[in-house]
Order: sequence, then C-alpha cells, then structure tokens
Amino acid sequence: MTVIDSIDPVVRDLWYAVAALDDLDLIDVQESVLLDTPINVCHDTSGGVQCRTELRPLPVCERYGYVWTSLGSPQTDVFSIPEYVEPDRRNIHAATIGVHTSAPRTIENFLDMGHFPYVHTGILGAEPHTEVRDYNVEVSVERDEIVATNCLFWQPMAAAASSSGADVDYIYRVPHPYCAILYKSSPIDDKRLDVIAVFLQPETQEQVRAHMMLSLLDEASTDHQIRLFQQTIFGQDKPILENQFPKRLPLDPRAETPIRADKSAIAYRRWLSDKGITYGVIPAAA
Amino acid sequence: MLKLYDYELSGNCYKIRLMLSFLDVVHSIESVDFYPGAQHKSPAFLRLNPMGQLPVIEDAGMVLRDAQAILIYLAARYDSQGVWFPRDDPVRLGQIAQWLAFADSITATASVARLHDGLLYSHVDSEAARLGAHKLFRILDEHLYFCEQVEQTWICPGDQPTLADIACFPYVMLSEEGGISRIDYPALRRWCDRFKRIPGFVVMPGIFHAGPGLEASTV
Repeated sequence: MTVIDSIDPVVRDLWYAVAALDDLDLIDVQESVLLDTPINVCHDTSGGVQCRTELRPLPVCERYGYVWTSLGSPQTDVFSIPEYVEPDRRNIHAATIGVHTSAPRTIENFLDMGHFPYVHTGILGAEPHTEVRDYNVEVSVERDEIVATNCLFWQPMAAAASSSGADVDYIYRVPHPYCAILYKSSPIDDKRLDVIAVFLQPETQEQVRAHMMLSLLDEASTDHQIRLFQQTIFGQDKPILENQFPKRLPLDPRAETPIRADKSAIAYRRWLSDKGITYGVIPAAA
Repeated sequence: MLKLYDYELSGNCYKIRLMLSFLDVVHSIESVDFYPGAQHKSPAFLRLNPMGQLPVIEDAGMVLRDAQAILIYLAARYDSQGVWFPRDDPVRLGQIAQWLAFADSITATASVARLHDGLLYSHVDSEAARLGAHKLFRILDEHLYFCEQVEQTWICPGDQPTLADIACFPYVMLSEEGGISRIDYPALRRWCDRFKRIPGFVVMPGIFHAGPGLEASTV
C-alpha cells in the first residue's frame, strides 16, 4: 500500500494551494511535497500552470493568486472569498513559509487571540490588555465551515496602515480543514473588513507550507510594507508553533485542557473529528 | 546618517541591528523586499552589492557589504572603548577573527537549512546543511563548556562580549526553523540566554527576550 492509499479520502479529495503565482516568476519549477507526495508546479507552454507528481498530472485551478491542486478528485470548488474580487482591494501574496508542525496546529494558532500580547508584543497586543472577551462560534451546516464572530481585541498596531492602538473586531472562518480566513477592522474604512487568509499545504503530517494571502483596503502602504508586516507576525509565531508537542493535534477532548478563550479551537477539533480527518491529528480513541 | 539595507527576517541583517543597538548608533533602515520581491537581485541593488546579498551599509559615502566586515567597521568606528573589537590586543583580535569565520560557516549550514525549510530554497541539500550545523554546534558547545569551567562568560576571553558573540548568535538561535535542535548543546543554550541579557539587546521575528524567571537564576 502506498502512502496516498492510507490517507483518509476526505483529505485526499481536498483542494490545496501549492504555489503562489507570483513565486513562479521567481522560481520556474517549484518543487514541494503534498501529503507525503513530491510534486512540482510550473507554467505550461500555453501560459497556464501545471502540477504533477513523478507519475501523473494532477488537477489544477487558479484561485486567489495561487495554484491549487488535489491528489484525489475534488467534489467541490475551492471555498469562496467574495471580497477578493472587490475592485478597490489590494490582493497580495505575503509569503509562503515552511513550518515544522502539523497543519491543524497552525490553524489553531491562527484562531487564537490569547497569544497576541505575548508573542506579537507591541503589534497585535500588549500587556495589560490580555483579556480575550467572550465571542460566538458556530458551525455553518450549509457552508460546512466554522465561523467565529464578535471577537474583540485591543491592538497597538493592528495593520501596516495603523497609526495608533484600537479595539479591533475579528471574524474567523475555517472553510477547509487546513485553511482559515480572518476578517478584521480596516484601519481606513470602518464599514469594511481587511481579509487575511492562510492556505496550508500539508507536506507531511508534521511539516507544512503556509501560503498567506492578504486582501486589504490600504491605498498608502507599499506591497513590501504590507508583506513585511505579515512576515514579521508569522516569523514571531514560528518558534511557538515549532515547539508545540505533540506536533499532531490531539482530537480527544481530554488530551489538552482548553480555557474559555479556546472556544473556536474546541469547535475546530470537534469538526475535524466529525469529518473523520486523520492527517496531522491524533484521532480520539473510538 | 548611516543607512542599513535590511531584511527583517535575515539573521545576517539582525547581526548589524544588534551591533547598532548595542553601540546606540543613530541610523536609518532601507527595507529590501528580499522575499517575495527578490529586490536584492534587482539591477539597482546589484550596483550596490554585486553579490546580491544583504546586509549592506552606507556610511559617510562608503558602501560596505558582508555582515562580518560591517561588524568590524562599526566596532572600530563607533565603539570608542574598544570593547567589542579590542584593536590593541593581538591575541583576542586573532580569536575574534577565528570565530567570525566560524560564524560564516554557521551561515553556510544552519542558515541554509532554515532557508530550505522556511523559504522555498528547495534546490539546496538541507540534510548536508543540518549535518554541518550539528558539527559546528558541537564544537561551539564544547568550547563554551570549557569557557564556563574557567568562568569565561563569552566566546572570547574578557569580561565583555565581543563581535564573536554577535556573529555566532543569530543563526544558532534560529536553528530550529531549519530543523536543527539545540537540545544536545546545553552550554550553547546557556550562552544564548546570557547573550539575550546584554544591555541593548533587541529581538527579531523568531527570537524572543529572555524570560524573567531565567533572569533571576543567572545571578
């Protein structure tokens, strides 16, 4: 039995972002790994993109500035981010960064507000503003995704365009077991939200590539300033992520002790369990 | 004013930011879009440094590249006490130069593994890089252990840290991003904690301040 046969069908049939279109201008052929299978991504002769394993071509589509592929047969399109097509948005590939941890640990860190004052000190949080106020979490059955709303956190410098501290509103979506989208108050338009998405490419059960996409309302900052802001944040998260053990996310509710601020993580773990996800996790005992 | 061409996630640029902070040198930073912009390979930047590498400084009309070279220049020009690079002490100068070269080897191994695992450098041999880094960490760990036995705090003899410590610190501290654990190098880890308590120490993404609990235990 090959590795891919042992991967649960839900995971095998998902779409995965595997390369930023921007990065294909830097590196002609991007070699990486998807679910333990070496793959490469490059432009084809007609100007499109192709993705293949050593043995076979894989399905491809282009969404949100990235090449997406699958080792199986995806049953649905890539989830929707309606804001991406709004004409006044800046859509920016911030970075693809490899991390020595599982995809679910990375998603949980992305959902967590409690670490802001300690890990992103002076940017996304600062003592003594450490309280994670109560927020709402629900699983949308219709869209098959987790949504956390009414998340409020005081941030000294919420975005590259921020000039001072502010209470920032967050909405989180988890529309894919290994992708999450964050909506946060825009520093320049109080009626609309900036979008920050992380698309994870699980290379192995304990190694990911994080593709980070921003869709912002910001006319002042340069692309470089916007990317650097996001790269700094992610660079701060990295040692925290890489030092969490076990690297696979335990789904047994008794394995780790959550606090109230972890409501979204509890919902996420339950959602993964219900889907029968086994990749990058330690499944709960039956 | 001195200008540093900088990339926030670069350990070699961090060496210069540390030195500028320790010496409290007024400077400006020109942030270079290393990734994904590859601005360090642009024609404009190549005119500044034909090697296409960061960091580079401009100071008083002079352009200087190479982290270790810049450290020497900054210490010689701005450290009036001659602490970081003791100009009149041939023995320690020789030792510092030896460890600056060693730091370059750390860059060629630990930093390469980090670029491979973290930043799309899929064409390099990361296993060889990791193996090479472990050999160097073993050498530095042993050296620091024997230093501790004679109550020597820093890589080179003397009461104060030197350029040798600055040059070796960043890519040792960032090694886990390249899959190089420091668990087997206890003297190296203790030295990292001491380094973080040097007055004027600054952090970079991936490197945090020393914890308050540890501070008490080093007295």
